Amino acid sequence: MPEALGISRADCMAGGHRPCTAATLSVQDLSWSPGRGRETLLHTTSFALEAGRVLGIVGPNGAGKTTLLRLLYRFHRPTAGRVLIDGEDIWTLSARSVAQRVAAVLQEQPSDFSLTAGEIVTLGRTPHRRGFTGAAGAHDKGTCNKNSRDKDIVDAALDRLVLHGLADRHLGTLSGGERQRVMVARALAQEPRLLILDEPTNHLDIRHQLEVLALIRDLPLTIVTSLHDLNLASGVCDAVLLLQSGRPIGFGRPSAVLSEAAVSAAFHVDARRERLTPSNADHLVFHLREKGTPP
Amino acid sequence: MCGTTSIRARNHSINSSFGGTLVFLLAGLALLLLSLSAAISVGAVPVPLSTVWGVLLNELSPGLIDRTWSKGHAAIVWEIRFPRALLATMVGAGLAMVGATLQAVTRNPLADPHLLGISSGGAFGAILALLHSGLFIGLLTVPLLAFLGALGATALVLGVSRFAGGAASAGRLVLAGVAVSFIVMAGANLLIFLGDPRATHTVVFWMLGGLGLAQWDQLIYPLTILLCCGAWLILRARELNAMTLGDETASTLGIPVARFRLAVFAVGALITGVMVAFSGIIGFVGLMVPHVVRMLVGGDYLRVLPGSALAGAAFLLWADIAARTVMAPEDMPIGIVTGLVGGVFFVWLLGQKQHI
Repeated sequence: MPEALGISRADCMAGGHRPCTAATLSVQDLSWSPGRGRETLLHTTSFALEAGRVLGIVGPNGAGKTTLLRLLYRFHRPTAGRVLIDGEDIWTLSARSVAQRVAAVLQEQPSDFSLTAGEIVTLGRTPHRRGFTGAAGAHDKGTCNKNSRDKDIVDAALDRLVLHGLADRHLGTLSGGERQRVMVARALAQEPRLLILDEPTNHLDIRHQLEVLALIRDLPLTIVTSLHDLNLASGVCDAVLLLQSGRPIGFGRPSAVLSEAAVSAAFHVDARRERLTPSNADHLVFHLREKGTPP
Repeated sequence: MCGTTSIRARNHSINSSFGGTLVFLLAGLALLLLSLSAAISVGAVPVPLSTVWGVLLNELSPGLIDRTWSKGHAAIVWEIRFPRALLATMVGAGLAMVGATLQAVTRNPLADPHLLGISSGGAFGAILALLHSGLFIGLLTVPLLAFLGALGATALVLGVSRFAGGAASAGRLVLAGVAVSFIVMAGANLLIFLGDPRATHTVVFWMLGGLGLAQWDQLIYPLTILLCCGAWLILRARELNAMTLGDETASTLGIPVARFRLAVFAVGALITGVMVAFSGIIGFVGLMVPHVVRMLVGGDYLRVLPGSALAGAAFLLWADIAARTVMAPEDMPIGIVTGLVGGVFFVWLLGQKQHI
């Protein structure tokens, strides 16, 4: 499957310890509500994503983007439908074995209990370990090879996010962009086959936004990310899913899904696709509707 | 030991922390031994350190050393001060570990063994025994009822947090704890109001905390629970680390968050319950000690938990020394010392660490 995408995946970010495989993701008739008699926050949604592809989830605030992501990383149990990763229903697998395949970078802010960036990245190894180990690891011979392998993986993740100088710094002393990179490195240390990102460019300056997008493009993983910026989504995603009021209203190539009409309807704005000069790239621009214009 | 297979030998926290941890552990153990000796030596009747350890060795294997001390000193050391110092060690270690773990699973730096209703339940049980039921099984009546009260309050907190909204979130657990704490305390105050006014001063003294009732044959209860529950908590250091990242992130690391939090809470209640039962309500150890330990050894719970146990034990030993000597020969309630020292220290800490 990876060969079909024309990208070499022989070597992964963990230094080639194991050939990294990207997962296929299949969502079948998925819906979710917080409880019996409560409003359904995600209505029947289905889509399939090939291994190694990047899916952007877009839509206005409250459209159900976060709900869908929570269903994908096994935080919510579906009211109906299934999420299949490499053909396996995530709710027939244990939480731990799902954590060995799926990692997520969320908007949650870690509380500051003095963990260092290096220790947080090491926590990414949690689902691959058992028993008596803190962030420092065990020290008997039996776990020796596994530990040095863990250490290599953590080192590679720190390298990849250019964090080696910061490994001993406490998270509380890092900037917003650096914290975000720590959380991405932590997710990579998990060696996932599917990476889920919730608004990864939020609160980042332009340079850090571009870095995150470059990373998304380069990682040999299947990636699902929610994004507010539709132009960023068009640039980085192989496919987008447009949600509105908990319903999927479009899935496919960004240029096809994010049409002027669909975006205008979903976000209640006037969207127009313009062409930038001299780059000759498509760019969506938005205007508030005149008062009294019918939706 | 491990061969360095990494091409780039880098010195970040993963490989540098082990030696540091060992140093801290050894230093902590040395400090604890020193504090323990001091706590037994200092008092209304001063006993030389050599006598303290001589009495101990002689009790462990009679006839090992020639007796150079009086029978009176031996009795003071062995019958009164040793059990008292050991109880202080256990209570300090237990409360500090519980505080550290509750802070992780609630992600609340102000979480404390007494915040979540456990101690109010203990107080309710103790007051029932002291003022109403009578000591129907002798000296163990107060600890037993206090322990049952603590567990009852814990069950109530778990029930309320579940009743009030499905899986218990961190915030809900804390709020349920505070609510139950108020309700149970109201009940306890009612018991005081209805009780014999002449006996209420015993209640006041119990609630202020004290280690004066420590006896050898009762130490086995807190010791057993501390060893079992403490080991359980240390074995879960990794999960506790992950919990500080947030509920959803921890769950993406494969941790069953709600179940884990309830388990930690129940284990914490067990430790707190038995400690409160034998020592009354000793505040601030569980809240303060973990923060100090984090400043010394960092945030990894594999170091925070043993560190908190050692530091909590040493702190309570010195607090008890202060409680016994400041107004000697009177025993001041130890809760006054820990509250005062703890509060003043915390004010200083707030000035040092702006982001608590």
